[in-house]
Amino acid sequence: MTTAPLSKSMPLKTKLSHTAVFWIGFCVVMTLLIVAPLVLPEYWRRFLTEILIWGLLAMSSDILIGYTGMVSFGHSAFFGLGMYGAAAALLIVSPPNLWLAILFGLGGAAGAALFVAFFSTRLRDIYFAITTLIFSQIFYVIIFTWTAVTGGENGLIFSRPHFTIPFLYDTRFSTATLHWFVLSVVAGSYVLLRRIMRSPFGMVLQSIRENEARTRAIGYPVERYKIVAVMLSGLFAGLAGVLYAVQNQFAAAEFVFFTTSGDTVIFNVMGGIGTLVGPIVGAGFFQLLRELLSRIFGDQFPYLIPLGVIFIVMIIFLPQGLLGFARRWLNR
Amino acid sequence: MDAVAHFFQSIPVDLLIIQTVNGVVAGMILALVASGLTLIFGIMDVVNFAHGELFMLGAYVGVLVLTATGSFWIALVMSALIVALLGAAIQIVTLRPLLGRDPLNTILATFGLSLILQNYALWQFGPVARKIGEPITSHFNLFYLTYPWYRILIAVLSAAIIGGFWLFLKYGKYGVWIRATTQDRVMAQAMGIPVPMVHTAVFAIGAAMAAASGVLFAPLVGVNHTMGLDWVLKAFIVVVIGGMGNLGGSIAAAIFVSLLEAYAAIWVDPSQAVIVSFVVLILTLLFRPTGLFVPTPK
Repeated sequence: MTTAPLSKSMPLKTKLSHTAVFWIGFCVVMTLLIVAPLVLPEYWRRFLTEILIWGLLAMSSDILIGYTGMVSFGHSAFFGLGMYGAAAALLIVSPPNLWLAILFGLGGAAGAALFVAFFSTRLRDIYFAITTLIFSQIFYVIIFTWTAVTGGENGLIFSRPHFTIPFLYDTRFSTATLHWFVLSVVAGSYVLLRRIMRSPFGMVLQSIRENEARTRAIGYPVERYKIVAVMLSGLFAGLAGVLYAVQNQFAAAEFVFFTTSGDTVIFNVMGGIGTLVGPIVGAGFFQLLRELLSRIFGDQFPYLIPLGVIFIVMIIFLPQGLLGFARRWLNR
Repeated sequence: MDAVAHFFQSIPVDLLIIQTVNGVVAGMILALVASGLTLIFGIMDVVNFAHGELFMLGAYVGVLVLTATGSFWIALVMSALIVALLGAAIQIVTLRPLLGRDPLNTILATFGLSLILQNYALWQFGPVARKIGEPITSHFNLFYLTYPWYRILIAVLSAAIIGGFWLFLKYGKYGVWIRATTQDRVMAQAMGIPVPMVHTAVFAIGAAMAAASGVLFAPLVGVNHTMGLDWVLKAFIVVVIGGMGNLGGSIAAAIFVSLLEAYAAIWVDPSQAVIVSFVVLILTLLFRPTGLFVPTPK
């Protein structure tokens, strides 16, 4: 009696394995995002690209928050250094080169991440959060006051590089092609980070989250793993900074201020930590709500008040975030 | 050697003394802010990100009461009371449901709160800074400066508030409740102490201290909606340097850090002098991760 329904449902299960469902879903979402700039008006194209960039920043922070169990309030530093690194490459080298900008941005972010990782990984929990916050403020003060190099309060303005494949291809970015470029970088980062988080390295990070003392007792050098995690996270945050600089053609000190880190954490919590894709959803949710509120109530409306209320309500009643229900499934 | 001797000769003694006074004054206000923060952390493991916003709201309420009544001292007391009530309400609505969860949740919740309060202030009061006059306008001569007595009064009042609070913790019945809850929440509950009430009261007291320092500080630079950000960062630095939840340590650290920043401001721009406190923080984390000052027995 009991075996009959089991055997009936078995073939269904084997027909669509978890992997197949996951990649089909991935392809569907990708298709939608690829087609989107062809159907959306100009404003919403840029809006979508921006969501992807913020999503990449939030995703990079998820490595620490969701997988290693360390809440970073310092991602604005990595984001900002990526931005200013790209700015340096675009201003110094002429003609501006996209790949050089990415290289410089990653270099800047890696430098900041090494500095922050070395000191702050000695601490845990809230101490880690506070020290990353204060480190990001160090970078903010330096960037804000070093007017000769960084432009201080005014920031830096530069022109957008062409999209080039050396010796083969050279074209200007349009809104749509920039969107596709950003999409490919974000999707590539997602696939790569998902692979890393499912690798033995990622498993060690997750075991640090679950029980740090036991991980140490088994013999893993926990500090070294944490440093690598912070650096990995910082690199991808820097990449987001480069993309933002390329899209908006400016670098500003306000992005290094810790409110950017706060937004990053909000995206994570709203979307669902430990899912990688959740933070992107969170960023989209946040930006859409913000857009909606300022459309309904006008530009002067303090949209952060209702968003803050929603955020707190979500922490109390939905601490897993929007995609929290799928967390186990997404990581399988 | 000659260069070193020359360097020491070039230090202006009068400027050093002026900056010492400035540093102590700033340090006492910071101590008042930080002691509320460290108290809230020590008793309920809540890192209150919204503390700077309570400071800022305190200053705004002070401005409003001052324009309504004309008395600075009524404004000081009223602001502390009103913000204490607000703090109690905030604690009941947002932090009480999070009791027993990971302390990181409280950072996030209070961060959300700080967003709400800061944007509320911007929305309600506008971006232009409000100026209020000092309640005491007399000055005394400090070398070539005429130094306002009011600044000295701030330091004395801050010290008095902290001292009064310390006496309350030490000898007051409810102060004993607070210390008991800090030591062992479960045991305190078993002894009949209403722990949830104590938590709310402590948050209210911390909020009142932040508000009082906001009102005291308001005449120096004016009131605007972002003034809390600087203070909460400084208070975090001080609280980590002094050792989380260690009241004496954070007061000592507040004065120490403020003095260092004041001295640094002799040579560099004041906005860069902040980096000195960052460096102190890094050194502390490297060599004394539990805080620079020996934890006092609770």
